[in-house]
Amino acid sequence: MLMNPVLKLLIEGGSLNPAQMAQVLGLTEQEINSHLEQLKKEKIFLGWRPVLNLSKESAAAVRAVIEVKITPERGGGFNRLAERISRFDEVESCYLMSGGYDLLVFVNGESLQKVASFVSEKLSTIEGVLSTATHFMLRSYKEQGYLMDVVQEDNGRLKVVP
Amino acid sequence: MDTKRFIARHVVDLPKSGIRDFFEIVAKMKDVISLGIGEPDFDTPWHIREAAIYALEKGKTHYTSNLGLIELRRAITKYVEKVFKISYRPEDEVIVTVGVSEALDIAFRALVNPGDKVMFHQPCYVSYHPSVTLTHGIGVPVPTYAKDNFALTAEALAAAWQPGCKLLVLNLPCNPTGGTCNRAQLEAIAKFVVEKDLLVLSDEIYSELTFEGEHVSLASLPGMRERTIFLHGFSKAFAMTGWRIGYACGPADLIEAMMKVHQYSMMCASIISQEAAIEALLRGEDGMKAMREQYHRRRDFIVRRLNEIGLKCHLPRGSFYAFPSVAVSGMSEKDFALGLLQAERVAVVPGTAFGANGAGFVRACFATSYEQLIEATDRMDRYVSGLRR
Ligand SMILES: Cc1ncc(COP(=O)(O)O)c(C=O)c1O
Repeated sequence: MLMNPVLKLLIEGGSLNPAQMAQVLGLTEQEINSHLEQLKKEKIFLGWRPVLNLSKESAAAVRAVIEVKITPERGGGFNRLAERISRFDEVESCYLMSGGYDLLVFVNGESLQKVASFVSEKLSTIEGVLSTATHFMLRSYKEQGYLMDVVQEDNGRLKVVP
Repeated sequence: MDTKRFIARHVVDLPKSGIRDFFEIVAKMKDVISLGIGEPDFDTPWHIREAAIYALEKGKTHYTSNLGLIELRRAITKYVEKVFKISYRPEDEVIVTVGVSEALDIAFRALVNPGDKVMFHQPCYVSYHPSVTLTHGIGVPVPTYAKDNFALTAEALAAAWQPGCKLLVLNLPCNPTGGTCNRAQLEAIAKFVVEKDLLVLSDEIYSELTFEGEHVSLASLPGMRERTIFLHGFSKAFAMTGWRIGYACGPADLIEAMMKVHQYSMMCASIISQEAAIEALLRGEDGMKAMREQYHRRRDFIVRRLNEIGLKCHLPRGSFYAFPSVAVSGMSEKDFALGLLQAERVAVVPGTAFGANGAGFVRACFATSYEQLIEATDRMDRYVSGLRR
């Protein structure tokens, strides 16, 4: 299958805006936008989000990874519960995993207390949630392809070479 | 004291590289977008760098055999067989060198007698002619033309041939033109080579960066293996320019002769780079293909834009160079490049840096980010429309 060219540019990590994509691919901006719309319709392209280094902010967010064991249900398996958990605003990502637990849930909160209370009051009280194990993140070294706190030194590349 | 009188005559006579002059001007300027850099903008993929770190940790800090690590030579012959359809023995038909640069140098030194003539197509990589001169050989440039998309033709070869020609240097795909030859064109060249009893040095450093159609190696054609020294390296396809690592494959007698020169001058290539090269060959293919795909898209963009601007440019089938004509400006390639640099701070390399046959053209390397390419071509657009007014 031929991959949508706009999708390729998105994957290449381009911080290109639609106008620049249009230039690169030799399409009009409208065509780029309709490609993007199509990708959205197909639920392949879900949206734009900035990748931030929140530890640089004074109001640093607290993040936790929670391993959740749940009871699968006849007919739906893990899906209904996983979706229900995913709908909380605190939940940044949620994955079904193989291995010692079922769901891996990434949670974001303003403070330790808020995350803790989300886990104890919301998550673990859901019917079907058997257990949770919460790990607070201490430091991020790489965020979605971006290295943190690594100073990009000038690599000394010359300006003209044969 | 006149220290210059100590310098060998043939070195005094050697012209300074045209690229060097240009580099000096560019280096003094700020905010230049450079399309003058003949190397990948990617850093070496991390797994390759990490393999080198690992090798250091394991104490790989010693000389290797003159020919290079046997593991690397095995990896090379496997790769060359798979990709180029030529088989060589790792034991005595491969030599690992300090880049294709050294491979070229030791080949010329091993093969050229004073006065021997060496043919090469031009415009071409800057070091061919000087390297021949340094071995007291005589360079015989063979022109390639925009009308052929800068492919080398057997007719041009026949027209340039002179008695005393012994070697032919090929560089397909070509720096700076991006031109290359298809199978039929190569077959015609092979026929000419046999007819004139030439030996070929085939510098295929850009071969992985062939965007459409097959890359055909001359040595894979019938009867050509014994007349060809295949030169290749890691600089371009694997983004490893700073590692200085390459290799030559060929008939054992010729590799042995090159090895003699290598053994007394270089001894061996850096062991760290050899270890990194093994990693590149064993596990670098996906990364290399991902880079190629990006070059491909960048090529399509820049060539389309250059043509829109009026800088007529063929679609280079390989390499990461576009080679547009500056005829529309009514200027020489040198004045155009200087004017563009001064007015818009975009650096391209005048075609004559690659030999007289590059007159009227400039080289624009597209191994740089989309953002930079968009900005650079917009600036070129402004410059050219300004000239037309
Ligand atoms: C055609 C050609 N041959 C050889 C080289 C040198 O390659 P290496 O880095 O392997 O010495 C270059 C580098 O620009 C080149 O363009």
